[in-house]
Amino acid sequence: MIRGVITRGVITSRRVSLALAAGFLALLYLGALGAGFLAPYGFDEQDREHTYAPPVRLRFRDGGGRLHLRPFLYIGVEKPGAPGVYEEDRARAFPVRFLVPAPPGRTGARVRLFGVEEPARIFLLGTDRFGRDQLSRLLYGARISLFSGLLAAGLAVALGLLAGAVAGFRGGWLDQVLMRTSELFLALPWLYLLLAVRAVLPLDLAPSGSFLLLVAVLGAVGWARPARLVRGAVLSARGRDYVLAAQGFGGSDGYVLRRHVLPQAVGVALTQLALLVPQYVLAEVAMSFLGLGVAEPVPSWGTMLAELERYDVLISYQWMLWPAVLLTGVVLSYHTLAEHIRERLQAGEV
Amino acid sequence: MSGILRRNLLLAAGLLALAGCGSPATQPAGGAAKADDGPRRGGRVVAALGSEPRTFNPVTAADGASLSVIQAMTANLVHIDRQDQEAKPALAERWTVDDGGRRYTLVLRPALRFSDGHPATADDVVFSFQVYLDEKIDSPQRDLLIVGGQPIQVRRIDDRTVEFRLAEPYGVAERLFDGFAILPRHLLEAAYKAGTLADAWGTDTPPAKMAGLGPFRLRERRAGERLVLERNPFYWKKDKPYLDELVFLTVPNADAQAVRFQAGELDVVDRLSAESFDRLSRGGARRGYQLTDAGPGLDLNFLFFNQNDLGNRRLPELRRRQGWFRQTAFRQAVSAAIDRGSLVHVVYRGRATPLNSHETPGSHWLNKTLPPPRYAPDEARRLLRQAGFSWDAAGALHDPAGERVGFTLLVVAGNTERGPMATLIQEDLRKIGMDVRIAALELQAVLDRLFTSYDYDACVLGLDGGDADPNPSMSILLSDGSHHFWGLTHGGPPAPWEAEIDRLMKTQIAERDPAQRRRLYDRVQEIVMEQRPLIALVTPNVLVGAKAGLGNLRPAVLDDHLLWNVEELYWRQR
Repeated sequence: MIRGVITRGVITSRRVSLALAAGFLALLYLGALGAGFLAPYGFDEQDREHTYAPPVRLRFRDGGGRLHLRPFLYIGVEKPGAPGVYEEDRARAFPVRFLVPAPPGRTGARVRLFGVEEPARIFLLGTDRFGRDQLSRLLYGARISLFSGLLAAGLAVALGLLAGAVAGFRGGWLDQVLMRTSELFLALPWLYLLLAVRAVLPLDLAPSGSFLLLVAVLGAVGWARPARLVRGAVLSARGRDYVLAAQGFGGSDGYVLRRHVLPQAVGVALTQLALLVPQYVLAEVAMSFLGLGVAEPVPSWGTMLAELERYDVLISYQWMLWPAVLLTGVVLSYHTLAEHIRERLQAGEV
Repeated sequence: MSGILRRNLLLAAGLLALAGCGSPATQPAGGAAKADDGPRRGGRVVAALGSEPRTFNPVTAADGASLSVIQAMTANLVHIDRQDQEAKPALAERWTVDDGGRRYTLVLRPALRFSDGHPATADDVVFSFQVYLDEKIDSPQRDLLIVGGQPIQVRRIDDRTVEFRLAEPYGVAERLFDGFAILPRHLLEAAYKAGTLADAWGTDTPPAKMAGLGPFRLRERRAGERLVLERNPFYWKKDKPYLDELVFLTVPNADAQAVRFQAGELDVVDRLSAESFDRLSRGGARRGYQLTDAGPGLDLNFLFFNQNDLGNRRLPELRRRQGWFRQTAFRQAVSAAIDRGSLVHVVYRGRATPLNSHETPGSHWLNKTLPPPRYAPDEARRLLRQAGFSWDAAGALHDPAGERVGFTLLVVAGNTERGPMATLIQEDLRKIGMDVRIAALELQAVLDRLFTSYDYDACVLGLDGGDADPNPSMSILLSDGSHHFWGLTHGGPPAPWEAEIDRLMKTQIAERDPAQRRRLYDRVQEIVMEQRPLIALVTPNVLVGAKAGLGNLRPAVLDDHLLWNVEELYWRQR
């Protein structure tokens, strides 16, 4: 009975962690899609008077002790002679307004969820070196980082599924060629190759171009591992009695592969997907960190993290760590998902 | 960035690690020094190198780390004092100039000895210059010894006297001798005769096989970790050096150097970033170090457009854009639209100076009659309008043919100075309707595009100053110079203004009257400011730090900012 309680407890906690992980990811992806509405500023709006401004303090109680229902804030002014040190100018309070019209800009948004009247600025998560709103950049940056990870992982798994299925099902010289190629892909020093690829590409790549390039490169590089795993699953499925029976009844290769073999590999592919997405989110970060991702001023979490390379930023401006915090959450959430899929797989539910 | 570029310029520019200038304002941030009772012997100074030295061979060394170490182990005939920029006697105790500046006769100090105790004579000087001039060895300094197209001729007169003959008078005169370490013939002649001198004195050479005339000699090297130099007992300056040891640690990252300085592992730290400088300033008094903002240095950050003749390269889009880049009004407009004050504020936290000339305020050769740079987007618009450009309803700039004006700005990836500069410039130019894209590539890829393929629009680069003299700018300004970045190839003869720069620069190098040289060079700066083939941006201040109690520390504007007078440094009574 005690064991039953514990088991149920474990199951419940797993469900909770699964729900948390899925909820966290859903929120982030929705936030990324709705960045135009949620972000108070454009990702490229510079405010050079507010470089590395700390997160603004939202207040409800004014200097006279009166309570306000609508939060408000004061303008932060850089102390003369002390770069990076800001003081509040309490001469005037600026209430936070909701559903404010957005000025025309690169982002194309018409209405924003919240904002404050100029010259005040609502930097909820502080600003970067150029005085750009960190929250807005996080939201827009999530578009690049999260979706490039998802799309690239999808591409890699799709390619892997195809190559693995063909290799495992057909066998023979095709299997040899595909598997030796996959070994080559696993062994190549990709980073240097990517540096070389970037060097020969045209310079004036538009941000959308670099995004697609990123996805294509990561996807094309990563097919080898899922291919080998899928091949293993296909090989083991191919020898099963029901597959032999289906072939014996005259089922075509395509039919047998689709109906009987590939379903065995889907679970493997899904687990791979859940494991690869966070890897590719991190790969985007690494590539952008090295200057190979999207170019300024378009943000990605990788380019945002690159600022932390400087020791003084790391220790002085804690709000610059937000991309790292979110990345950790993303990686943990995807791993929780992968773990869940793996368990369901073992239980034969997928 | 750009160890390589910096070096390229230094080498092309000539005088290696030469003279500084100005009078740096040392402001102790803390650690009040006790009353000084004069220099005393003993102790050691620990400094950092940005990378492992590649060689100890003064003839072939080209990287900063090697040069820093070699500088402490060798000496030159004439030394340029970095504080007053005057040529001072070093190994040569006196010299005469005659034949209209074509003949220099130098007399060595008596009883000079190398660090292994072997006497140094005129034979060593002649041998050294023979080596530097040898085409087969291809020393990076060789170019400097070619004057008027002819190699300098060196002749021994007697044991202590050497004569140098030049084909033409030379503007830099005796400053020339500062860049050439005198080599020990008794140790290197065999290698020279065997044709292996270029490979001699690699970093694994036993200390006993090397000798120099500098204040220190190598005692121990631990690869990847540290170099320990000890006092040279045969040093020619009386009672010097005061320190017993000079230690170099390899600390590749500037941030890491600042942290190790703060932790007390390094006694001196050079090239601090403004952020590190501000952070260290906050803890100064408690921790016992002093920081110096020596003011504007000689480093130049600049932007230029690709005006190279593309020959038969298939780059139709670039060819079209070059139509804009070749217009003076376009370049002037870009220059006027850049808010250099922001570059100073955002990139250097105010510890930098906006520039209007390729000479910086750190150099006394700056033409002081030039106006300071002005941020004038309206002026930029006026210039563009006059040149036939126009704006659409959305504020985007179009050329007279209706093409949208936009270009790519090339920077070295991961550079903490030029990277942010590019982002600011991009935004500034967006305000006048230009669509600028930033392409951050790794260094080698940038160099390939600059020097080989010419496939780029514009680039932001940084270069070291070289000497506080017009000569280091020769290779950049001459239309056939090796670092004439914006126009390494020409379709036809140079434009009249370029031809005038060529003429002025070539005249000044042979001119021995400093006032006349200045007039010529002032005019060059005027033309460069008018035509903007290079758009000078900002120069950072020289920011250095040292432990309190280090006597005779006189930070200079030029590399090596702190250790240029290492033989005079000493620890005060602690």
